[in-house]
Amino acid sequence: MDRVPILKIGSVLLVSIQVDLQDQTVLALQEDLADRIVRTGARGVVIDITAVDIVDSFIGRMFATIASMSKLMDAETVVVGMRPAVAITLVELGLSLGGVRTALDLEKGMRLLGAPVPGVS
Amino acid sequence: MSREPAGGELPIASHDDVVRVRQLARSLAAAAGMSLVDQTKIVTAASELARNTLVYGGGGTARVERVERPSPRAGARAGVRIVFSDDGPGIPDVDQALAEGWTSGGGLGLGLPGARRLVDEFDLDTEPGRGTTVTVTKWCR
Repeated sequence: MDRVPILKIGSVLLVSIQVDLQDQTVLALQEDLADRIVRTGARGVVIDITAVDIVDSFIGRMFATIASMSKLMDAETVVVGMRPAVAITLVELGLSLGGVRTALDLEKGMRLLGAPVPGVS
Repeated sequence: MSREPAGGELPIASHDDVVRVRQLARSLAAAAGMSLVDQTKIVTAASELARNTLVYGGGGTARVERVERPSPRAGARAGVRIVFSDDGPGIPDVDQALAEGWTSGGGLGLGLPGARRLVDEFDLDTEPGRGTTVTVTKWCR
């Protein structure tokens, strides 16, 4: 089973999903994230799904669970980079992910969390 | 011209197999010339149904194939058909299983009704004690 790496940038944990997600991988990610939030005192989590080509009801529910869980530990979650085809399919599937904050890309997600974003000055 | 990907029957005995069913559905849908949104819909439906086969049916198979039907304008229209079969406990109440929000497991109850909305044709054949077969088809528009 693949494990999704969790990177730390300042007070934000960054998860960039680059594999075909299977259920066990997502469950492991949830546990790993909870652990890392507590150990690092992170205030934010960014889940980058730019490379994810489908989100089904299980994966979508896990994003919502991760968001609720991190909130209980005083960290805000933002899901970034959802592809248009994935968004259309999720809504038709019946999953609107109402409780999950989203941003169009990584940079906007980092800004949403108040994290410093290196830019051209 | 590159070779068309072949369809085939895949076992569904693990969560990794669910990923393989998705990948085969994706390659056939792309080869059939389906739009990106329609590819995503059939692959997402395949993911829901393959998980059902694994979790509720106790494992089974998925047969993924390219299908064609005559079209008055274009000669023939291509599509992708996937047949999920298991020898599990079957579904005692089909109407209930197809209803939004009903679940026998710990899920959201979106699997069957959600998958049904994502495809063009949906057929559910089940009998308690005799297993379940779900057939879905998505056509290129």
